[in-house]
Amino acid sequence: MAERIDFQTEPARYRHWKLKFDGEVAELVMDVDENAGLFDGYQLKLNSYDLGVDIELNDAIQRLRFEHPEVKVVVLKSGKDRVFCAGANIRMLAGSTHTHKVNFCKFTNETRNSMEDASRHSGQKYICAVRGTAAGGGYELALATDHIILADDGNSTVALPELPLLAVLPGTGGLTRVTDKRKVRRDLADAFCTIEEGVKGARAVKWRLVDQVVANSKFEQTVKDTAKKLAAQSDRPSGAAGIRLTPIERKLDDKSVSYSCVRIDIERDARRATITIQGPAAAPPASAEAMVAEGAAFWPLRLARELDDAILHLRLNEPEIGVLIFKSQGEPAQVLAFDAFLEANKTHWLAREVLHYWKRALKRIDLTSRSLVALIEPGSCFAGTLAEIIFACDRSFMLIGSFQGDNRVPATITLSPANFGTYTMSNDLSRLATRFLGEPESLEKAKAGIGKPLEAEASEELGLVTTALDYIDWDDEVRIFLEERASFSADGLTGMEANLRFAGPETMETKIFGRLTAWQNWIFQRPNAAGAEGALKRYGTGVKANFNPERV
Amino acid sequence: MPETTNVDYSTKIPNNVGLTDDQRVLKALEQWHPGYIDWWMTMGPEGFQTSDVYLRTAVSIDPKGWAKFDYVKMPEYRWGILLAPRQEDRQVNFGVHKGEKAWQEVPGEYRAMLRRLIVIQGDTEPASVEQQRHLGKTAPSLYDMRNLFQVNVEEGRHLWAMVYLLQKYFGKDGREEAEGLLQRRSGDADKPRMLGAFNEATPDWLSFFMFTFFTDRDGKMQLESLAQSGFDPLSRTCRFMLTEEAHHMFVGETGVGRTIERTCQAMKEAGIEDPYDIAAVRKLGVIDLPTIQKKANLHFSLSLDLFGSEVSTNAANYYNSGLKGRFQETRIEDDHELTKASYPVSKLVDGQVKMIDEPALTAINMRLRDDYVADCAKGVDRWNKVIEKAGVNFRLKLPHVAFHRHIGEFQNAKATPEGQILSDAEWSKKKDQWIPSTSDGDFIASLMTPCWERGKFAPWISAPKVGIDNKAGDFEYVKIHQA
Repeated sequence: MAERIDFQTEPARYRHWKLKFDGEVAELVMDVDENAGLFDGYQLKLNSYDLGVDIELNDAIQRLRFEHPEVKVVVLKSGKDRVFCAGANIRMLAGSTHTHKVNFCKFTNETRNSMEDASRHSGQKYICAVRGTAAGGGYELALATDHIILADDGNSTVALPELPLLAVLPGTGGLTRVTDKRKVRRDLADAFCTIEEGVKGARAVKWRLVDQVVANSKFEQTVKDTAKKLAAQSDRPSGAAGIRLTPIERKLDDKSVSYSCVRIDIERDARRATITIQGPAAAPPASAEAMVAEGAAFWPLRLARELDDAILHLRLNEPEIGVLIFKSQGEPAQVLAFDAFLEANKTHWLAREVLHYWKRALKRIDLTSRSLVALIEPGSCFAGTLAEIIFACDRSFMLIGSFQGDNRVPATITLSPANFGTYTMSNDLSRLATRFLGEPESLEKAKAGIGKPLEAEASEELGLVTTALDYIDWDDEVRIFLEERASFSADGLTGMEANLRFAGPETMETKIFGRLTAWQNWIFQRPNAAGAEGALKRYGTGVKANFNPERV
Repeated sequence: MPETTNVDYSTKIPNNVGLTDDQRVLKALEQWHPGYIDWWMTMGPEGFQTSDVYLRTAVSIDPKGWAKFDYVKMPEYRWGILLAPRQEDRQVNFGVHKGEKAWQEVPGEYRAMLRRLIVIQGDTEPASVEQQRHLGKTAPSLYDMRNLFQVNVEEGRHLWAMVYLLQKYFGKDGREEAEGLLQRRSGDADKPRMLGAFNEATPDWLSFFMFTFFTDRDGKMQLESLAQSGFDPLSRTCRFMLTEEAHHMFVGETGVGRTIERTCQAMKEAGIEDPYDIAAVRKLGVIDLPTIQKKANLHFSLSLDLFGSEVSTNAANYYNSGLKGRFQETRIEDDHELTKASYPVSKLVDGQVKMIDEPALTAINMRLRDDYVADCAKGVDRWNKVIEKAGVNFRLKLPHVAFHRHIGEFQNAKATPEGQILSDAEWSKKKDQWIPSTSDGDFIASLMTPCWERGKFAPWISAPKVGIDNKAGDFEYVKIHQA
């Protein structure tokens, strides 16, 4: 394994992608360098990908939104001749630990969801121009776009060959998007998923696997025309200049990572990390223009980027840290001032992007398979947007009054309108709506409390925190909770937490993650796939897998 | 009529597979037939569809006397379905099923793999007919013209052979693929043929000879390895196709040989000793040896690409499943399972060509390519004998396998014909020394004037030693009735 997986990159450092800009249309070209895999032991042939490729893709998607407000349509295409993308690299998967595979799949799913998020909420549409084969994860990339154009050249196909080829399932939402997004009939979907070589030409359109097939000679023009048509529907500003997502500054050592407004402190023996969030140091900018001028330094954006990086770092580089403790420090009023600023400017493209980025960063927390705890103490600033972190946690503890010898005012939680629909979870509900699924009156009561600083007992009364404790009980109760948490099975906790976090309706996203966890991650563990004679292990050797025929 | 060694001509489609008793397949083939004829009329030899051509037609699968010669108009050629005789108790001879009875029906789990193999092979057959369709007009003799058309009709028959398998064994998908084989077109931007070399132009007769020598020899190797298949109908089909393919190799080898012979003869007559005095040689109206070398370089390298990646999962799967074997599989002395063996593969390592041992199963393509290169080398030796005999100081050589490649280990490298790795800039500077330039092409094109007089040959090529079907030198191989 590499020393540390770093999620920070920038276009100048890309090995696998190229971004090309032409006014309101950008091209996102996948041209994977087969010798630049993240780990040793495999080559990224045929535009197959590993986490390194996807880190660049995620970066590119982010930059398209923040650095290029003028881009209304992104054309996703391949830089290779006869292949669009062969999906996740099989040898990489076969050589990876289960933990890495699960984290890899989760991240790639989040990345694809962020493409759909750009389209749905940010007016940045994606077209996929498929020439050559789009197999497995390759087709799943296409599925995450708004419009798939397939070359009708007799060679270009779309395929989900995971089952026949590897005895696993598509890991980035392929099955769900086929049935729920493209609404392919179930029996045709069944046939499609068992045809290793995939489907091409007119049948691909008939089965709704792609939106259109186009002869090679008309391909480029059709892509151009479609891009133009989609661009005309976009509400992104023409002629606005983007901001630069400058490198995030971090300091890392064995026990901590510190950013400008996030700090991670790791207690390795106790297998827990404390993530401390620093509130804003100054008031919000005077105007939207001033916000653009601040760029990546604009506090909500800076914090979202740092928090996102911190979570990804913990996920991939600290697999044994089982509990994440969230704390905050700062002035609640300042946080609320930023909420108000964003609310007042929410039609401005950058404010919109920041709000949606927060939504995605919070979803990333929801989807992190660690026990999440919020400790709300004096000096904290869990207000508005930052209060969402409490609601993302599995448990929350709030101190009543102050610690002995601490003369700071007692901790409060203040809700803002941002807590009631701005940051939806994967289930399309706000965290509070999900929290109070069975008690709509509690949601109303909470709403009535918008703007009021709520101390511990009031917060507990409203159901915003799990437990309010005074200083006498605090240390012991928190310690006991954390020790108990550390004693449970990590797998059991992961499953239980994921079940409890997402009450309410299923959406495509909840299905994708739920089924990834329940089915794919199960199959990934089973001998038919991962055993010494399983399909994943034997892939590429020419030797057939040996299956246990028992249906479970 | 049951399967026999004699061909049933009572049906529209001559065959030895008992088509009259197989109404489903007969119907499918009869439905496909008009589309095929349509394809032949639009994409087959241009300008000679009404000419009478002295062609051989397969009448039996008996190795002795399997064909008869007669004049026939090409669209009326009896394209038939001919399989080599069935061997009782034939087994799967390699892979995980080794020792099991050979399959007479497609095993469900291998259906997709087998279909793909057959479609890829099938796609090459009509492709070469399309590539060669304009050559009749510039034929250097009636003898050569007849050979071209023989190759063309037999490639057409090979298409039939593959289509029969698709329609007989692969149901609806097979019928769709059979249609697809008639839809794709060599070099077409929208519907190209599946493999690169089959979308390249065959602009002149030297290209045609090189193509039949090098590219059809790839076909031969592919057929040889498919002839080993555990799927018996495919094996039997390919075994019979190989008897025809041998003639194509012959056309290529002797065609290039006669071109060389004529060049050497002209040089000697004119007293030119330096084979590199290209201008002087060209003035004689013959193709200089360095240009012939360049043509060989081009066609050899394009044909190597047809073997696919040196290390290939697909090839490993085909082998392990018993679908596609090695060249002369049953004569190789090993376990025919290859799960423990390794095989040296030429690879680019840190900018140098090195041999690296890979698991033998995944190196099946490499092994077949090695056999191919050895087979090519024998032909090149025979050409060199012609040069030697004429007393010209020149030797033709096969270029290195790293030279001018677009598929596999060397696709991203530039190499000299000797296998030295070069920078892109050096390659651009020197490539005209190694592969035919536009001006080389123009020169060859300038020689391509038709010579259709009985017994006569264009000045750039020698007459053959013996005629086809032992006919005399002035035999009228093609009675031209131009449409």
